[in-house]
Amino acid sequence: MLLITCPYCGPRPELEFVHGGEAHIARPTQPEALNAEEWTEYLYMRANPKGLHAERWRHLHGCARFFNALRDTTTDQFVVTYKSGEARPDLKGPAA
Amino acid sequence: MQKFSAFELFKQGLNGQAGWKPQWRSPEPKAAYDAVIIGGGGHGLGAAYYLAKQHGMRNIAVLEKGWLGGGNTGRNTTIIRSNYLFDESAGLYDHSVKLWEGLSQELNYNVMFSQRGVMMLAHTVHDVQVFKRHVHANRANGVDNEWLSPEEAKAYCPPLNISDNMRYPVLGAALQRRGGTARHDAVAWGYARAADDLGVDIIENCEVTGIRRNAAGAVEAVETTKGLIRTPKIGVSAAGHTSVVLGMAGVRLPLESYPLQALVSEPIKPVFPCVVMSNTIHAYISQSDKGELVIGAGTDIYTSYTQRGGLHISQHTLEAICELFPAFRRMRMLRNWGGIVDVTPDRSPIVAKTPVPGLYVNCGWGTGGFKATPGAAHTLAWTIAKDEPHPINAPFTIERFRDGHLIDEAAAAAVAH
Repeated sequence: MLLITCPYCGPRPELEFVHGGEAHIARPTQPEALNAEEWTEYLYMRANPKGLHAERWRHLHGCARFFNALRDTTTDQFVVTYKSGEARPDLKGPAA
Repeated sequence: MQKFSAFELFKQGLNGQAGWKPQWRSPEPKAAYDAVIIGGGGHGLGAAYYLAKQHGMRNIAVLEKGWLGGGNTGRNTTIIRSNYLFDESAGLYDHSVKLWEGLSQELNYNVMFSQRGVMMLAHTVHDVQVFKRHVHANRANGVDNEWLSPEEAKAYCPPLNISDNMRYPVLGAALQRRGGTARHDAVAWGYARAADDLGVDIIENCEVTGIRRNAAGAVEAVETTKGLIRTPKIGVSAAGHTSVVLGMAGVRLPLESYPLQALVSEPIKPVFPCVVMSNTIHAYISQSDKGELVIGAGTDIYTSYTQRGGLHISQHTLEAICELFPAFRRMRMLRNWGGIVDVTPDRSPIVAKTPVPGLYVNCGWGTGGFKATPGAAHTLAWTIAKDEPHPINAPFTIERFRDGHLIDEAAAAAVAH
């Protein structure tokens, strides 16, 4: 069980959270302008890195808010969590 | 190749069993091959075998970063079935079951394929409707599957609890009698031995660190921890690490890698005659020929490469097992481990060419790749040799996500994810 630090509530057990997938995938501002390749990229293609991963979490059974995290997928260690809307912290991980 | 037979066993017995030779060589890599397979699990070794056997490509190599069958081939719960909903899936998975049925003879290696039946339990009205739909769809595709009442399910699997005082009582079950299990290590070793006999170089402890492409964009070599190996064709069967390997060639994939756990109990006398799966309450169980109960759990909720997974995931599955099979409540678990599974958005695999000429991929099998080992290997080999897919794997492209031709086994709830 992971211990996850919600930026609003502090450290809480993993059971209170749901995972929201890769972070910083912005919804297209002009959906009608996208071709099939760009839609595929937005909807389906994922970095799936071995190393630092920027990802969304939601503290569902707490404050219910979304936030982002940088986590090392080779150790499951959370490097930092930060609020939605903030830029990805400029950190170098083992495989980043 | 030293053939295995009762006579050979007797003959070696006269010599104190001292005359057995290693089942495959351990060569150093050559400077160049006609094709290279990345990943020495059942899928990759099988692809090498079929390339050599059916397509005459003998100057090929399998590169494995660890030891043979040490990834998901050695970490799964060995369930084999083909009762998937859609026509494309039925074609691919039943192709595998048919190959399983002749595999021990073909490889002269006992892969211990046992068609003891796979029974999938229904616990809700929705389950009943979905499974009955599966039964009809499967039979229309020539795949055996039948509906059982709770009493018939208990007759087929006596330890099953069908009382109505459970949180999720058993309302019925779908049974595929041709489904079953096989010995996972034997599959990797059998393919390795047969491929080696046909001249395939199997190179362990050789991690691929880069893929080189020529001016036209086609692959020309792999960089490895044992040096540069030139090749015009690369087949990737790297399971959870597929995104990493394909990233070396600049190819992005619709994959996410999750830990999936399994565990085995202490060995006991034969008590469990079949495979039972319960997607709704997340329990997958059978008994190995050694006597251990082999139990599969669900995936963790986050992507990871740790081959570990959270303890509460296993606990959740064991609670379901104890409710379904009260006789197992006092059993102790011996080992618990995880594998990394690569999951696609529609929960169907990709066995296809990639946008890079000479680069082929077999991935996205998610939580259920073992059952498909022979079929995936056979169709990947075909795709590599002919530079075009076999009709069976033709629908399983990367481009289906662009074109909207998803094979949505996730929504069809064939398995829990």
